[in-house]
Amino acid sequence: MKAMVYRGPYKIRVEEKPDPKIEHPNDAIVRVELASICGSDLHLYHGMMPDTRIGHTFGHEFIGTIEQVGSSVQNVKIGDRVMVPFNIYCGSCFFCARGLFSNCHNVNANATAVGGIYGYSHTSGGYDGGQAERVRVPFADVGPSVIPEGITDENALLLTDAFSTGYFGAQLADIVEGDTAVVFGAGPVGLAAARSCWLMGAGRVIVVDYLDFRLEKAKTFAFAETVNFGQMGDIVRYLKRATDGLGADVAIDAVGAEADGHVMQHVTAAKLKMQGGSPVALNWAIDSVRKGGTVSVMGAYGPLFSAVKFGDAMNKGLTIRTNQAPVKRQWPRLWEHIRNGIIMPSDLITHRIPLDEIAEGYHLFSSKLDDCIKPVVTPA
Amino acid sequence: MPYTSEKPGTRPTAEELRARIPGWGADLDPADRPAFPREQPGIITGAHWDLPPQQPNPGRRERSVEHLRLTPVFGTAQPLRGVAGVIRRYAYDTYSEGQTAHWLLLILGDRVDAMTAHLKSFATLRPDNPIAESGILGERGRRPLASRVGRGRIDLKHAWLDPILVLGPWVLTAVVTIRTLRRIARR
Repeated sequence: MKAMVYRGPYKIRVEEKPDPKIEHPNDAIVRVELASICGSDLHLYHGMMPDTRIGHTFGHEFIGTIEQVGSSVQNVKIGDRVMVPFNIYCGSCFFCARGLFSNCHNVNANATAVGGIYGYSHTSGGYDGGQAERVRVPFADVGPSVIPEGITDENALLLTDAFSTGYFGAQLADIVEGDTAVVFGAGPVGLAAARSCWLMGAGRVIVVDYLDFRLEKAKTFAFAETVNFGQMGDIVRYLKRATDGLGADVAIDAVGAEADGHVMQHVTAAKLKMQGGSPVALNWAIDSVRKGGTVSVMGAYGPLFSAVKFGDAMNKGLTIRTNQAPVKRQWPRLWEHIRNGIIMPSDLITHRIPLDEIAEGYHLFSSKLDDCIKPVVTPA
Repeated sequence: MPYTSEKPGTRPTAEELRARIPGWGADLDPADRPAFPREQPGIITGAHWDLPPQQPNPGRRERSVEHLRLTPVFGTAQPLRGVAGVIRRYAYDTYSEGQTAHWLLLILGDRVDAMTAHLKSFATLRPDNPIAESGILGERGRRPLASRVGRGRIDLKHAWLDPILVLGPWVLTAVVTIRTLRRIARR
């Protein structure tokens, strides 16, 4: 089969690889119909995640058709068209039993701090991902859901991670009616988080980024106020002034490891890998939220330490909540919102790229060319 | 007036927001937020096992020393091999995830893996093509100048560093290798 293959930092190509096999009785093999490139795939592409091996196939956002099932699979069958959550999880361990699907203890031999994720290095379990013609899906009875009536393929694809993660970011922010929310990052997750803040009753939503085309999308997709931090001398001071001197009630970091805004942090973290990520966005969130406020962290960071301003977080009495999103828990509600016309996740998609041109797709997305917000990959 | 007990400023009313934002307040009640509270025992997941059956271990599968056992299911994407495999194996066998050495060794393994794979590719029918694999050909037709210039992009401030940091290790390795070979030849 054809698959995207990692060849080292900033280098990928499409190769013929052996088809995936059933390796456990509850596995399924899914023929991929649509996949997408996630902002966190760029952390792998840039060589930031430890134990990303040559030959690895990325891609944790995909939908497709079940082609084979293992002997113990009962809940899905060959021919079912399924959406697959980016988390791989067993459904029965201590964490899964409490709904912490992203923290499953039974699927990632390489680490305990992170669960299993498709195509996200051996630190996240060593599973090949969905930017390929076929993919092995462990625990087929637990993760995938048949795409329901009324949900288009592209909407289903966006629910496998990006939109669900943004929605989860707003959930973790514990918004109450009238709250002011500041969202750092206007990529797909930040835009989804900003949109979701309204659903949870926010009174005001401000999105911070440095790319005008993404801020424009924040206005039209998420109905948000916007601020370009590249044009501000001091973004924290601006946000404090904009929130009557108190700070926002909640702040959502939807940026993660490769935050721009501080050249030295960018070089030491994103480029030289001396930190688990450039914590600029997280530190801005800590600084710009009010005392007693909540910081929700959806941005992906690596496992190494980062220079986070924890003293300020402690002194301000902040609640910091974070996790990889347990996306399947949110699907029934999000399906309902799509059917009712409240949200349309597929509006985030800006580019559609054939698998054969995926190297160009990564470069386009990584370099933020052509006003790219969300690229989708079509394997067929 | 932020120094009183009242929250300053004026906010739009719920009615105003409902009229302006589709679905405003649809999930206002925390009970209507599917992942709230975050731990919710007794969820039906579709699992029909207490402990999943063990996936057969095809060889010596590396695992974090923090795990008490090999997990019932694991990835088999790229098994350990070569010099990078030795480095990674040492990192997994020796250090827990709490130790920086664990991660630094894995990053070292990644760089050795990339370098050896690149060299090995020259002995195949499909050697690495750094130009095509960088995706830089995708600049064509995607407004390379208009996307970057005159838009106040702050990432351009460090863009000049990127080629140095990406190509630097390769140039450094080449220089060290040539010097070492010359030194050996002189003896």
